Amino acid sequence: MKTTQTRRQFIQTGGLLTIGFTLGGALSWQNANAETPINAELPSDKQINAWLQILEDGRVKVLTGKMELGQGILTAVKQVAAEELNCDMSRVTVHMADTDVTPNEGYTAGSQSIERSAMAIRAAAASARELLTEMAASQLNTAADQIVLENGVLTGAGKRIEVKDLLKGKQLTEAVRQPKKILGKSVRKIVGKPLERDDIEAIVRGAPHFVHDLDFPGILHARVVRPPSYAARIERIDQHNINKLAGLVKLVRRAHFVAVLAEDEYRAIQLAKEVGEFITWTAPAQLPQQAQLQSYLKSLPAETSVEKQSNGWKNELKTSGELYHEANYFKPYLMHGANGPSCGVALYKNGELWVWSHTQGVYPLRKSLAGLLHLNEDKIHVKGVQGPGCYGHNGADDAGAEAAIIAMEHPGQHIRLQWMRQEEHSWEPFSTAMIMELKASLDNNKRINAWQYELWSDVHGTRPGGNPDNLLASQYLTNGEPKPMTGFKGGAIRNAEPYYELAQQKIVSHIFTGPLRRSSLRGLGAYANIFAIESFMDEMAEKAKLDPIQFRICHSTDPRSIACLEQITRLTADIKPGKNQGIGYAFSRYKNSAAYCAVAALVTSDPKLEKLTVEQMWAVVDAGETINPDGLKNQIEGGMMQSISWALYEEVGFDQVHITSSDWRTYPMIRFPQAPRITVHVIDRVEEDPLGAGEASQGPATAALINAIYAASGQRIRSLPVFGKQKKA
Amino acid sequence: MKQAFTISVNGKQHTVSVAPDTPMLYVLRNNLQLKAAKFGCGLAQCGACMVLLNNSAVPSCQLRINAVGNNKITTLEALAGSDGALHAVQQAFVDEQAAQCGYCTNGMIIAAVSLLKKQPKPSREAVQQAMNVNICRCGTHDRVLNAVLKAANSLP
Repeated sequence: MKTTQTRRQFIQTGGLLTIGFTLGGALSWQNANAETPINAELPSDKQINAWLQILEDGRVKVLTGKMELGQGILTAVKQVAAEELNCDMSRVTVHMADTDVTPNEGYTAGSQSIERSAMAIRAAAASARELLTEMAASQLNTAADQIVLENGVLTGAGKRIEVKDLLKGKQLTEAVRQPKKILGKSVRKIVGKPLERDDIEAIVRGAPHFVHDLDFPGILHARVVRPPSYAARIERIDQHNINKLAGLVKLVRRAHFVAVLAEDEYRAIQLAKEVGEFITWTAPAQLPQQAQLQSYLKSLPAETSVEKQSNGWKNELKTSGELYHEANYFKPYLMHGANGPSCGVALYKNGELWVWSHTQGVYPLRKSLAGLLHLNEDKIHVKGVQGPGCYGHNGADDAGAEAAIIAMEHPGQHIRLQWMRQEEHSWEPFSTAMIMELKASLDNNKRINAWQYELWSDVHGTRPGGNPDNLLASQYLTNGEPKPMTGFKGGAIRNAEPYYELAQQKIVSHIFTGPLRRSSLRGLGAYANIFAIESFMDEMAEKAKLDPIQFRICHSTDPRSIACLEQITRLTADIKPGKNQGIGYAFSRYKNSAAYCAVAALVTSDPKLEKLTVEQMWAVVDAGETINPDGLKNQIEGGMMQSISWALYEEVGFDQVHITSSDWRTYPMIRFPQAPRITVHVIDRVEEDPLGAGEASQGPATAALINAIYAASGQRIRSLPVFGKQKKA
Repeated sequence: MKQAFTISVNGKQHTVSVAPDTPMLYVLRNNLQLKAAKFGCGLAQCGACMVLLNNSAVPSCQLRINAVGNNKITTLEALAGSDGALHAVQQAFVDEQAAQCGYCTNGMIIAAVSLLKKQPKPSREAVQQAMNVNICRCGTHDRVLNAVLKAANSLP
């Protein structure tokens, strides 16, 4: 283990550290979180130095509580800070989520990293600029408005002083103020530019980058021996034969939680299987028949709420005739399916615990670990290190917690646990299945006069958030009955209300507790709600015999919605669908308060959908003020690809014992041969607040695809996935 | 159980002592500290662990050390020139910003390099087929395809 650095050394190096590799020389690791921590009192997040620190050489270190998940947040916050401090990007480094260093910003979720973290950093950096200017003015005996800050140097009235000489090693501990001027809104030398992410070069060189790549002298490899089902319990364990297994450094057993430790990773993998042979589990068949999932979910006890009901709601729905329409939609259980199975590295030494994790929330994980392991939070250090794209609450927290449990059973050595593919596929918390039922009628002017929406869903958020019961291991650490994993229902009704002007509407939710482990997946309920609403809008447009874009514009009052819809029409104006081709459109404003996104898809398909090709897709996005247009486009493109993969292929399979989707063969996803060309158009509105966009395109992308399939083939898909086990149209 | 093997990795001979059926993925990552190849599935379904075996992209999770023999293994770490200059495919990935999380980038670059050695000017469809094994969960497919085609154009 490396010796702990002093805070002073740390600030000098600015986070570019080396960690000890035993062979091949020391490799540069561009992530300070790979290091052992510095214990120090953190400033309040009201203070400037909670968000940025001036290094001894005058460069700047930005601190964000958010995790880089491949969304480019580290580059975006660097742009924001560099702009306000009027310096080159190369003068800024970023330290991300780390309970020893960064502010507590909860989870990196809900498309809020730009809206919250980047804006906090912007305010802190602009405050720093103003404060430094005032300090320099007093030092140089001139007026503050004569001072210019550029690349760490303050000049004015023919004199100059460097920031580092002005501060003399001190940090700006003053409160973040309401800055008089935001350069990112006016000058925009750096903000608004499609600057490259500097981590991509490290990635293409194959440099260690992920928590999975962490290595320490003497590190031990762990694997968990998974039970055959959620509720399984150990009936018998043949300790005698397990003891004879070669290479087993330690068998960790706490109640029904079992893991193996070995020096060699491949041996650890084999040992987990071998130990599994010596355990007899009780595994009750508790799950319903998948073929009857929809009727089963509707039969479950549910918490029913009227989410919205117009004042004049009189149930005016005409239930017959051409002006009335109804349709039911279904979204199956989906998985995050990170391509790198979850990983955690942990060390327990002298009563303190270090956990390196690709969690989306280092502070919530620390709190959950404190409860799980009965340790004080101040004895736990959680360090965020990049992981594979997670798209929500996947197995990252679970793997970190399991590594920690094992580390506490074997103190003094680093423990690395990586889940196997089968574990990631069948033990992560899925996105719940949902059922959406819609009824609506049109008035004589072809306007929707009544709209009734009912949805059935499980909760979408069971992140631990401080509650250890929501960590997978907690289900097995007790000899008694494990506590249920609970969540909040808010995710289910996200975007259940259409972002359209509707004369009368009623929205009802039924929240059940379903059979599979579930939590947040990118967009939460918005994905299924938008799929249903935007499919139905197309169906209603057809009833009205109106162009689907015009029909949407007729029901829109927000000029930004209309601008997106008009722009997507222009982008696709030259596309003339050929034989067996169709184009489909959809629109949504994520959460009805975040980014606006309109999507179009061009599909070729025969009437039986036997040969279906997604040829091309387009999107128009308005995320308010754009910090990095290329980063924004990348998020929108990725969201569209993930969305059409869900829609075409994805559905978690299970039998009555457990999940049967255990790899990429039993849970297929989109691959390169099926990838359409994608064009994204950004509407940049500098005067507006920036809006999160990571979850803006999934809902409309699936709806546009489904509408295009209908246009091409005449088949209206209302039950996903398109290529499901049971063809349901 | 352990046995000594001498293998050629990135132009150098390495001797390691491991169980004979150990997949090269673990030898590279843990014995040789070459972390570019990633564990994704262990089933040859995702491409994250790919390396070049001579000139062909193969999943290192399926390549056992006792089958390597005198074949030459090249990993992503060795694609850049000795002066540090990126390989054309690596450079194109940077230019096109063809990554999000980057976990699968290793396999994509290796697959593309292997393709371009055999077929220097592939069509988009040929690249799509050649990269069928490579998974991208972040959805950067279009950028990756553009990057590979750009690299093909930049090579003689």
